Amino acid sequence: MHFSAVFALVRRDLKIVSQSRGVLLPMLVVPVLSLVLLPVLAVVAPSLGDSEQATVLALSRIVDWMSVGLQDQLAGYTDLQKWVVLVLVYFLAPLYLIVPLMVASVVAADSFAGEKERKTLEALLYTPTTDAELFFGKVLAAWLPAMAVSLGSFLLYATVANWVAWPVLNRLLFPNAIWLILVFWVAPAVAAMGLSVTVLISSRVQSFQEAFQLGGFVVLPIVVLLVGQVSGVMYFSKGMVALLGLGFWLIDAALLVIGARIFRRENLLTGDPG
Amino acid sequence: MSVIRTLQLTRYFGEKAAVKDLSITIERGEIFGLLGHNGAGKTTSIRLLTGILSGHGGTMEVLGLSPEKDGPAIRARTGVLPETHALDERMTAFDTLRLHGLTFGWAPRAIPARIEEVLAAFDLSEQTHQRIRRLSKGMKQRLALARTLFHRPELIFLDEPTSALDPVARQSVHTFLTGVVQSEGATAVVCTHNLNEAQAICDRVGVLENGRLIALGTPAELIAGLSEQATRADHPVLFEVPPEEMDRACEVLKQAHSRIHVEKNSHSLRVHGVGRAQVPDVVECLVQHHIRIYAINVPPVSLTDVYMALHSPRNAGQ
Repeated sequence: MHFSAVFALVRRDLKIVSQSRGVLLPMLVVPVLSLVLLPVLAVVAPSLGDSEQATVLALSRIVDWMSVGLQDQLAGYTDLQKWVVLVLVYFLAPLYLIVPLMVASVVAADSFAGEKERKTLEALLYTPTTDAELFFGKVLAAWLPAMAVSLGSFLLYATVANWVAWPVLNRLLFPNAIWLILVFWVAPAVAAMGLSVTVLISSRVQSFQEAFQLGGFVVLPIVVLLVGQVSGVMYFSKGMVALLGLGFWLIDAALLVIGARIFRRENLLTGDPG
Repeated sequence: MSVIRTLQLTRYFGEKAAVKDLSITIERGEIFGLLGHNGAGKTTSIRLLTGILSGHGGTMEVLGLSPEKDGPAIRARTGVLPETHALDERMTAFDTLRLHGLTFGWAPRAIPARIEEVLAAFDLSEQTHQRIRRLSKGMKQRLALARTLFHRPELIFLDEPTSALDPVARQSVHTFLTGVVQSEGATAVVCTHNLNEAQAICDRVGVLENGRLIALGTPAELIAGLSEQATRADHPVLFEVPPEEMDRACEVLKQAHSRIHVEKNSHSLRVHGVGRAQVPDVVECLVQHHIRIYAINVPPVSLTDVYMALHSPRNAGQ
């Protein structure tokens, strides 16, 4: 494989992404909504009720549904502190994973289906790249912006979360080991999963919207994690998060091997399954 | 030396043969025209020859390589102008060519000078940093051509290269293309609906119908070979005779040649159904009956006439 060809494709796609409002907008709006507004609301919410004390007490009772391990982690905190740590460190962690997944999926959907829609794909097919270089180039071109947005989102979230939590905790919540594993181990794997699936789908459909919608099911594992944690079935301990990342990476390896094997530029024109 | 050689090349899409038993040889330095209706198999042929599609039968060799095994190597030495210009409208002309150069393995330092050169050649220097969506249709087509020729390909495939251009721009593309072929020894395959264009710039042409090659040769050979049929089908031969002899000339011709149809106008007879080869017989017949002929106008046969004759219902299925 010629890496210069792969990097040329990556540069090409990144240039296109940087010029596309339709791709850039969701990349910026979703992190801001989910990782800035939600932590602020979560911490401010208790003071909005009729009686702040009663609201805090009610919210902190959620801790009683949580697993014993998580209850141990929260031992020693006041009710309000429990609520703040629970939301900012644990509940919003799966939601953070939506960011790399969503960014990767949007860029990947644009990478083939979007190019088909704009009728620019054919020029790309006539370049001297191999099918594998084309596939890895497209994958990498979606993964890099996903990582950049993911890291930027974490920095933004950490800043906002520390700012809103400081009056309650009198200490910095971020960075912490759980989130560092999440950001540097799990998020890259989640992004790779989302884009591998979407690249394969978008190479077989005709429009960006179709690719994005069909690729939407990759969000299901994240929803399961979110529900699992909120319902107390599981919680994001360091070991759990590391294991989760390993699971995603194994799925990625399988998807990349399958993708590289079945991906043929011929199918992009004929729409035949690999 | 042949640059393209195919033997009974066949490609199906489902049950339908997009290309069927295509056998052609194209020599280095040739401008070869591939003519045919939409769906005749022109674009599929380009895709097969550049290794984007695989064949379902027959053999093919391009630049001494196999498109199915050596697609990337062939594409590195080939420039393709797709039917749609395939330009991303959000990019500038400069970025489009720069990224094209990088994808074709050009050293980043060598790219700006080449961009300047090709944009100047296509009269697009002022548009270098303009977004493509702001360019006119003709400018976009010229930019797509500039991209096709950017990496100095040995073999050029042009799918409807001048369809969006005005006559002046079309002429400049013809001049540029023939210049590239002559100066750089490149070979060009031009798919076109524009038969005047094919006649003007192509050394040889192949006519495709339903994926099959139904005619092959130089435009002159095809015209000579089919002029009889083409003339008879489409154009009357004009005989200028004295007005007082016109009625008698009509009678004579109708009696002598039952298949021809004669119309009179003020100065001449319009004789339908006469091929080039029959003109001397008609003249002899009129002279024998002492009818004076002042002038004869046999309309020249163009490649368009040949093409229409080849695709006439009479030839369908041949």
